[in-house]
Amino acid sequence: MDFKITKNANILTLVLIAVGLLFTGIGVVIEAGHDHGHHLGQRLAGNLLIDSFFFFGIGLGALFFLALQYATETGWYASVKRVIEAVAGFLPVGIILMVVTLLIITLQDGAHIYLWMDEEVVKHDEIIQGKSAYLNKAFFWIRTLVYFATYYIFWNGFKKRSLLEDQVGGTDIHFTNYKKAAVFLVFFAVFSSTSSWDWIMSIDVHWFSTLFGWYVFAGMWCSTMVVLVTLTLYLKKQGYLPNVNESHIHDLGKWMFAISFLWSYLWFSQFMLIWYANIGEEVTYYITRIKDFKLMYFGMFLINFALPMVLLMSRDAKRHAGILTFVGAIILFGHWVDVYIMIMAGSMGEAAYIGFLEIGLLLAVLGLFLKMILKNLTKAPLTVVNHPFLDESLHHEI
Amino acid sequence: MADKVIYAMYDDDDVLKDGAKKLVSKGVKVSEVFSPFPIHGIDPIIGVKNTRLGIMAFMYAITGTLLATIGMRYFMIVDWPMNVGGKPNNSYLQNILAFIPITFEFTVLCAAHGMALTYFLRNKTLPGLPAQNPDPRTTDDKFVMELRLSENSSFTEEELTALLQTTGYVELDQKVLN
Repeated sequence: MDFKITKNANILTLVLIAVGLLFTGIGVVIEAGHDHGHHLGQRLAGNLLIDSFFFFGIGLGALFFLALQYATETGWYASVKRVIEAVAGFLPVGIILMVVTLLIITLQDGAHIYLWMDEEVVKHDEIIQGKSAYLNKAFFWIRTLVYFATYYIFWNGFKKRSLLEDQVGGTDIHFTNYKKAAVFLVFFAVFSSTSSWDWIMSIDVHWFSTLFGWYVFAGMWCSTMVVLVTLTLYLKKQGYLPNVNESHIHDLGKWMFAISFLWSYLWFSQFMLIWYANIGEEVTYYITRIKDFKLMYFGMFLINFALPMVLLMSRDAKRHAGILTFVGAIILFGHWVDVYIMIMAGSMGEAAYIGFLEIGLLLAVLGLFLKMILKNLTKAPLTVVNHPFLDESLHHEI
Repeated sequence: MADKVIYAMYDDDDVLKDGAKKLVSKGVKVSEVFSPFPIHGIDPIIGVKNTRLGIMAFMYAITGTLLATIGMRYFMIVDWPMNVGGKPNNSYLQNILAFIPITFEFTVLCAAHGMALTYFLRNKTLPGLPAQNPDPRTTDDKFVMELRLSENSSFTEEELTALLQTTGYVELDQKVLN
């Protein structure tokens, strides 16, 4: 059955975009009047980075999740494969958003976000000079383009083969996907780490953490799982996806539950080791966060960790659409706050606050994100027909 | 009282599951299924109650958390306060981050061992106890369904056997229990 975007959904995404842009406009006006517009450029660029990275990350997470299913030759997911593909289909738009954002930041010599792009700052900073062999504009862009090109090529290949499989069947495509996914995961393992150093960790340019890449990756994977669960539940409620039963929902819920723990585990590992060692150049990262973002930072951790733990622990909760959506919506916002703090604490510091600009841009990009996903869902039949594990997925029961 | 038991052996778990569904829909009570691995979805078919192992797991876990906390507070704060990186060593709460990993590990250790032992004990399968399964092949690649005549008083033995005929078993065995 082909998916058709309902009128309400269409209106909702348009309203989100319109309200978002309106709020962003109000935010820009307020910020321009505040302190002679001193922070306007930085705040705008920072927000662009937050929202384009957050939603790009969800698309990338879906591509990773799809590759994971291919590489492990999983069976159960065949019924929800097109949902995963629709979310991964946001990737090209996410890449465009990221490229535009990074271009804007680069053209402003870092926009007070990437301090290492500002030659004046680097001249007086020995630590940044020591890192400039890696952190310079040219190499940064080479790496960034390599990441995007790799992600795009693999995404395009998976998409084409998935549609082709519907027509020709057989197992050849399956084994091609299997191999390509394994290769993709190898690239992704390296790139997900280095790209998060480039785009996010370099904001706190004096500081580094070796598990930062996993931490960022776990956050975006968790957001992806929330989006996949809620989108599947939405489609189910609209009467699509007849093959998706409670067990599939349960499995997606389990992923959301488990990855929340992965993220919390990495958050804690990073925090505890730095707290324990108590080395001056390392603790500055947390001192900024505790000084300027105390409530938001620890509140975000508590919500993203405790809420799924308490509410999604039981088997019944992971099969309950209401509970899954409720918890999902809250921790999705929690992970957005995580990205917000990652980017704002190191750049704007105490001047940062969530106002019209932040909420507005979030809503606008969210609207665009939902619009693109719904559009992607219409482009392919919602049920795959020739997937070799389709039968296993139909009888999935746990 | 003497009781007669019928064992029907299958070589596929799905065949057994479908067979059990068919029998239960006719009103037959399947008293037990023996399988080398857990068969997903068999519990509601033959009417096995939800396990209470989770409640026990929670209790063992809480025990672990408490023991770890009490132990570490005694070792590291009360008995021999240690100076680790200049952290205040007279307070457990201020150092709680350092104790979380061990608390977590000990919680998992207690929960896992407690659950495993409870499971063995409850199923009478502790090492050295006599085997409960009717046929050693159910620990390999065969699946056995057990019907008791005492629990199926509305059927005669012949009727039960005839019903089993339709389920595609590979072997049929009987035993008289005293």
